[in-house]
Amino acid sequence: MLDAENSWEQKPVEVAFRSITKRFPPDILANDRVSFEVKKGTVHALLGENGAGKTTLMNIFYGLFSPDGGEIIIQGKPVKISSPREAINLGIGMVHQHFKLIPTHTVAENIILGLMSTSFFFPAEKSEAEIRALSEKYGLKVDPRARVWQLSAGEKQKVEILKALYRKASILILDEPTSVLTPQEAEELFATLRAMKEEGKTCIFITHKLNEVKEIADAVTVMRKGRVVSTILPSQVSLEELARMTVGKEVVSVVPRKTLSNRIVLQLQDVSAMGDRDFPALLNLSLSVREGEIVGVAGIAGNGQKELAEVIVGLREVTGGRIFLEDKEITNLLPRDIASLGVAYIPEERNLGLVGEMSVAENLLLRGYYQPPFSQGFWVDWEKAEAYSEKLISHYQINPPLSDIPVRLLSGGNRQRVIIARELEQKPKLVVASNPTAGLDVSGVEAIHKLLIQAQEKGAGILLISGDLDELLKLSNRIVIMFKGEIVGEKEKEHWTEEDRREIGLGMGGVKG
Amino acid sequence: MVLELILGTLNRALAYGTPLLLATLGEIYVERAGVLNLGIEGMMMIGAFSSFVVAYATSNPWLGIVVGAIVGGLFSLIHAFSSITLRANQTVSGLALTMLGTGIAETLGRSWEGKVLTSPIKSFSGDFLSSLPGGLDLLFKDSNLLVVVSIILALVMWFFLFKTKPGLFLRSCGENPSACDALGINVWKVRYLAVLWGGIMAGLGGAYISIAYRPTWSSGMTQGMGWLAVALTIFSFWNPIYAPLGAYLFGALFHLAFRLQVFVAPEFLNSLPYLFPVIALVFVSRLAFRKKIGVPGSLGKPYERGKSG
Repeated sequence: MLDAENSWEQKPVEVAFRSITKRFPPDILANDRVSFEVKKGTVHALLGENGAGKTTLMNIFYGLFSPDGGEIIIQGKPVKISSPREAINLGIGMVHQHFKLIPTHTVAENIILGLMSTSFFFPAEKSEAEIRALSEKYGLKVDPRARVWQLSAGEKQKVEILKALYRKASILILDEPTSVLTPQEAEELFATLRAMKEEGKTCIFITHKLNEVKEIADAVTVMRKGRVVSTILPSQVSLEELARMTVGKEVVSVVPRKTLSNRIVLQLQDVSAMGDRDFPALLNLSLSVREGEIVGVAGIAGNGQKELAEVIVGLREVTGGRIFLEDKEITNLLPRDIASLGVAYIPEERNLGLVGEMSVAENLLLRGYYQPPFSQGFWVDWEKAEAYSEKLISHYQINPPLSDIPVRLLSGGNRQRVIIARELEQKPKLVVASNPTAGLDVSGVEAIHKLLIQAQEKGAGILLISGDLDELLKLSNRIVIMFKGEIVGEKEKEHWTEEDRREIGLGMGGVKG
Repeated sequence: MVLELILGTLNRALAYGTPLLLATLGEIYVERAGVLNLGIEGMMMIGAFSSFVVAYATSNPWLGIVVGAIVGGLFSLIHAFSSITLRANQTVSGLALTMLGTGIAETLGRSWEGKVLTSPIKSFSGDFLSSLPGGLDLLFKDSNLLVVVSIILALVMWFFLFKTKPGLFLRSCGENPSACDALGINVWKVRYLAVLWGGIMAGLGGAYISIAYRPTWSSGMTQGMGWLAVALTIFSFWNPIYAPLGAYLFGALFHLAFRLQVFVAPEFLNSLPYLFPVIALVFVSRLAFRKKIGVPGSLGKPYERGKSG
């Protein structure tokens, strides 16, 4: 322990943040006198919930926002960074949470983009050799000529890191880098980070996953509500302490019900469907969900999960096979008919489930507006709708508790509550949930998990599609693994172990278990 | 005989198609940079009018051409300012540009209505044509330097877009401006330059109409070519190399509408060049948008720093 502390203490300071303050109008204090130091040749984790100000701080560091106060010191020299170009010139590279890549361009084109030093004619072709050398050195294998849209999320991240390294970055910022990776890909990423440390490069690693802090970080700065709670060495704190520091209070995890009935709610028989680009997205997929069961669908995004959800709720044409809800066939019925039979849908992109410009009350009414009691022939009974909306807002704790504001003004977590409130109020037999907690912070995630478990307790079968393996292991009674439109593995357990986790992770990468 | 007929049709296709080609090439760059400019018709009218007036007054057609291009470019900056700087709705801003352009040209142009240019651009001389190898003299008969320049421009603009560094930057700004911004590319500058170039090309197209193709001034003389250029941009999958194919195909349709009047109702024939793009676009855009061929990812979306997407 002391060794770790000593070796970290003795390293020279690479970056120092001094009293960084950033306000967003009208009165949000995103960063409040944030100060801490990052040592050279270390991985420094920046831990905190959504809205803690981590990304804002890094956007300031990368020149995307200008701070209202404070200064940044790199290697002892105060610097003004007013644009990403200046940040790049100072040796700062950033891998954003949402990749800033151009899908239709090649890997090489993406890497050299924006560089003035590349040659005028045939810039991509002429930089390939250097890119290959870099990928060799840091274990970032990607083909410079491949088109980015053909790459997996892990490979895209490699391109992002290569982009920074190609610009001779000595400080690399990674914004929640593992959120899109399989456990194996995350290991590869950590290996790359260790190789960069060896080279004396510094990494700032934004995350809200506590175990990652333990695994890779040399030091961690915990942020909460725009302020620094503490900068400590991960070896000196327990996970529980870290969690408390991040959230500010004890986190109570919900546990799903384990007793199951054998009544089948949803049955897919050899279902096939095409994806958006006319490639087969689902191939003879068979799957069932029982009453009161949470079935987790594991897999790397883009292996047919989105299409799976869409064929069930009627948003995508089934080209082969049949789908049953209890004993009624619902193959290729209209979405409204499927919904009225008792299927709730929590879509992957919240914009798909809500109309941003419309009020909370109107959004809550989107499922039932055409039926009594809200519909009176041609008219909508707004008084009843209003009362209904007030009831749901208080029951589902939607904040702020106003039913007449446009839904786009709500935070991500509250928007998700609006969708869930609307869907679960239909007393569904089946809930299809696609990454229901994506982008939410720890307390938001817990709230959504609680609601899903409540639905489960009322007897709904739940198909939970998630890219977050930890979430699946926490909630699922059974997990199926999707790979290239097929189910390549299935497991049913009372308690999931590390071994299961590893096995499912391998399955997600296409290794059959 | 058949060959002569084909060459004759192609010859007219070149003449009709050249203003379409110029405007389309410009719009391809504008849209590749992520800006939709529906003001082409207005820029062409403004270009046609200003170049006609200058050529009429100075008896120098080339000066007229240059002025038409410059005025078209300057005029497009209205759209650049509202859609890039003010981040206004690009569809509305573009439509406004069309109304403004045609309105200005027609109002100011009243006193020139029906006037004929005494010094239009000279067609290729007989000596030059007869020096060309077999058939080409028929193809380029009555053509002029601008026709050849527009074909060369298509090639150069293709090479620039796909094989050079600034071309890569241009395409990237239309695909993912926030990525470009994060890499230090000045998205605003690239988009302004693209819109400006689109205006210059549309102005040039307009100038060609009033100085070379039909050296006179009459209101509405662009005949909706600006709208066809919008369609042709999609038709060529946002690729300059395909632009001549589309432009000359429409050029040929215009010509055939004229030639076949003896046999078929002229109303039907005259609507062909406009009907055809509707049908073609249904198929092409279905293909383009489903397979994502060419269509710039951020087309029509204003870019604001700090906003995702």
